[in-house]
Amino acid sequence: MEFAYYPGCALHGSSGDYEMSVRACLAALGVALRELDDWICCGATAAHCLNQKLAVALPARNLALAQRDGLDEMLAPCPMCSMELLKAGALLAGDAALRDEISQIVELPVSGGTQILNLIQVFQRIGTPRIKQAATRSLDAFQPACYYGCLLTRPPETVRFDDCEHPSSMETLLRELGARPVAWNYQTECCGAGMTIAHEATVLELSHKILSNAQSHGANCVVVACPMCQVNLDLKQAAINARYGADHALPVYYLSDLVGKALGLDERALGVDRHFVVKH
Amino acid sequence: MDVLPHRLIGWVQSGRIDKALRADAIWQCVSCMTCTTRCPKSVDCAGVIDALRQLAIQRDAASPQQHRTILFQRAFLENIRRNGRVRELELIGAFKTRAFFGDLNIPLLLKDALLAPQLMRRGRFHWFSARVKDRGVVRRIFQRCGVSAGAGNGRPVPPADN
Repeated sequence: MEFAYYPGCALHGSSGDYEMSVRACLAALGVALRELDDWICCGATAAHCLNQKLAVALPARNLALAQRDGLDEMLAPCPMCSMELLKAGALLAGDAALRDEISQIVELPVSGGTQILNLIQVFQRIGTPRIKQAATRSLDAFQPACYYGCLLTRPPETVRFDDCEHPSSMETLLRELGARPVAWNYQTECCGAGMTIAHEATVLELSHKILSNAQSHGANCVVVACPMCQVNLDLKQAAINARYGADHALPVYYLSDLVGKALGLDERALGVDRHFVVKH
Repeated sequence: MDVLPHRLIGWVQSGRIDKALRADAIWQCVSCMTCTTRCPKSVDCAGVIDALRQLAIQRDAASPQQHRTILFQRAFLENIRRNGRVRELELIGAFKTRAFFGDLNIPLLLKDALLAPQLMRRGRFHWFSARVKDRGVVRRIFQRCGVSAGAGNGRPVPPADN
């Protein structure tokens, strides 16, 4: 099994631990990743705040590269990237004039037909039976609050994934591997995403609410599939505790960290030792 | 948010665009898509907020309280224009310097500096991250979208109506 792979800037920057985790976990499942050649940034929040055409053209360039290389299915583990790719793809697929214009702008023909997958969808493609078969350890010590944040399920017309108000795909997979996910209220609330640097107070307030709700519902860790969620809940946890006089001590794992643990991979191979809050 | 999304949409519908462009809310919005998803009338509220942000920049109408956020978004875009991908250190450096000359706020200038050694210890700090090979195509894409060099320097981004 092979997927094209669009890492995005975060996974090649300070969220390199996410890339380690995804690569180690998928390799252990016999899944190969083929990185998109000379990919460029998807434009993220900045492009759609400042320039609509750029917000289409930047992700479109990557869709065009995938199309040129004959790649039909591409994993984008960062939900911000995957949403920008999906949004551009849908706009292009439905508008011939836009396709022509954007193809000229990005210097390659682009039709928007590449299928973009998030990390959970890749695990679904692999299939729970195959993952269970490869598992060597039960996750029964883990009571995760599965946190989807904004962009994995929203807007539903664009991402067409899970239920946008009550998603359950992470819980379903982790339960099969022995974990005991908790029921809680903040599955799809926002952590502040890309405001980390521009306006930290927003992130601290939102993330404090998420961590508090997870803790009060009996979670002993949080599971995410987004580099921004991970940074805001993990790296900023000390700042949240300081600002709100809280005592959060919740490790924040990527979904691939927990699946990797079930497969018997150690924390160093998964990059878990690079997180800020470690298990006590 | 000083104004909630449904009210912003109401202002736009009733032609009070200038009022909407000055709202802090359009820059406090984290683009979480909740309003778009839950709108009972299927209005793409987050899309409208994006359009308001773009207009606010073009018309230089944004609330002065929000200049830091705008500076960050511009520095982010300029970083992509130069490198094809985000280089975090360069982005944070450019943003902090410009923001500092805007409000001379020393604690904010230094706030994230303490994070660098912690990221280094965890192998998550990169002095130089890879840039794309074909940076020419990235610059041409920006040009064709009406964004020229220095758009990150605080000047308004020209309208993209070519």
